[in-house]
Amino acid sequence: MNHSFHLVVDNVEKRFDTKQGDFLAIRDINLRVNRGEFVALIGHSGCGKSTLLNLLAGLSLPSNGVLVCAGREVKGPGPDRGVVFQNHSLLPWLTCFDNVYLAVERVFGGKEPKAKLKERTEDALKLVGLSHAIHKHPNEISGGMKQRVGIARALAIEPAVLLLDEPFGALDALTRAHLQDELLRIVAQTKSTVVMVTHDVDEAVLLSDRIVMMTNGPAATIGEILDVKLARPRDRLALAEDANYHHYRKAVVEFLYAKHKKAA
Amino acid sequence: MSNAITLPLVASSNVTERENKRSAHEMFVETAKLTSEETSESRATREAELANKMRRRRERVSSLVHATVPALVGFALFVLAWQFLAQINNQIPSPAKVWAAAVKLFSDPFYSKGPNDQGIGWNILSSLKRVGMGFGLAALIGIPLGFMIGRFTFLNRMTAPIIAILRPVSPLAWLPIGLLVFKAANPAAIWVIFICSIWPMIINTSVGVQRIPQDYLNVARVLNLSEWKIFTKILFPAVLPYMLTGVKLSIGVAWLVIVAAEMLTGGVGIGFWLWDEWNNLVVEHIIVAIFVIGIVGLLLEQLLTRIAARFEFNEKS
Repeated sequence: MNHSFHLVVDNVEKRFDTKQGDFLAIRDINLRVNRGEFVALIGHSGCGKSTLLNLLAGLSLPSNGVLVCAGREVKGPGPDRGVVFQNHSLLPWLTCFDNVYLAVERVFGGKEPKAKLKERTEDALKLVGLSHAIHKHPNEISGGMKQRVGIARALAIEPAVLLLDEPFGALDALTRAHLQDELLRIVAQTKSTVVMVTHDVDEAVLLSDRIVMMTNGPAATIGEILDVKLARPRDRLALAEDANYHHYRKAVVEFLYAKHKKAA
Repeated sequence: MSNAITLPLVASSNVTERENKRSAHEMFVETAKLTSEETSESRATREAELANKMRRRRERVSSLVHATVPALVGFALFVLAWQFLAQINNQIPSPAKVWAAAVKLFSDPFYSKGPNDQGIGWNILSSLKRVGMGFGLAALIGIPLGFMIGRFTFLNRMTAPIIAILRPVSPLAWLPIGLLVFKAANPAAIWVIFICSIWPMIINTSVGVQRIPQDYLNVARVLNLSEWKIFTKILFPAVLPYMLTGVKLSIGVAWLVIVAAEMLTGGVGIGFWLWDEWNNLVVEHIIVAIFVIGIVGLLLEQLLTRIAARFEFNEKS
């Protein structure tokens, strides 16, 4: 039964050992993601959405429950999952090319000749529209471009799942919109399976097939899951006047601000 | 300390020079353009641009003046105070007398009349050689040790108390141990350099390793990089600036210590020479030695600052 799903989260719970004692961050998380699906995790800050993403990435392990990615239990980080961090996390002493090549070499090195590895790296940077900045260092390019390199690095290793942790959170609104459009194009082109953490309602509705809405922490869990049945390819301008779009948007806003309002 | 004074000076003078060359060329181009036929409006804007450039240039020159004048004034006051002291205490040689002695010493720096009478050049070189050996050994052991202490918490907790106790020990307290073990003055002096200059390298390198941003390590983790790749692609480049700061501190300490060590051990070297001139009561030579020690120390530090600047990477923006 589970084998038909690409990503399975089963009864997952995560506790942290803090100075104030045992802290239950998330509990009873159950989620099934199909191959090629785009899922957004949304919730107020502190709801444990990043905790859940870290569990998927294998950067931390669940206190209870099981996570399965492409038929294999998640027991630690691994290159079958591509992660894009909020703050790009590029190595400043390497060029864009070398940053991506580091990942490519790790996954395909030894199996493929160097020319092929180079080609993969160039292709990944081309996919995110950065062919012109390939030999620049991270400090020579803009924040939006850095995040593109981060996406290129994650996609270059052909992961089973792409995990995005508020990838556009640190960018200005215009750059963010532009990168969202790019991401739509890239995901359509690569047919990637994506799990993305966000706190931006429009971003979630625009990009996702399903929106997983989380209740407030501590002991946060999945409150509702919203199916976004908007046709693809999606166009930002056309959706601005689409009644369905506004319906979905309203559903998320209601969940966040009416049902699970967070005391500021 | 010395960086703070000299570095901006050097940097700003370079910039001004370049700026001058550039703007001179540009002004030539500008005037050439001005002679061709142009509307009065574009001529006005060009003239305004030109005036702007001139103003910027003047600002550069004045900033250079602002940087050098106080230094020169300070130096003049220093010499004046010294002259005054020499006047009231005739045992202290005047600046002119010291200058004359220095000129004489440096006119023949590499003579050799037996082990106890050699040119000042040989003395400086012998001291630098000792510093180089002691410091080199310290780097060879201290830097890898720093990496391991930074990487493994257990090792860190194991070594921290020992380092905390041994680090503040005065350099000369180590000398008898060196003499005891090596039974000779020269290796004992190198030993003292080694033991005193190793701490900043261990400490800075290990702190550098501990301060590597978690983001970089997360990259290593999600990609499952091998330990070798982690070291060459992440640890080493991230730690390099910290490491070089440690090296810079160490070389400063090493140069401080060599003079004291040589005073006690004898042989050839700037510290020994200083002590020898004290025994001969040639005070102007003592003052020359003080300046030589200061200037060589400054040059060593400048050299390492330059090297370190090459490896700085910009994390921001």
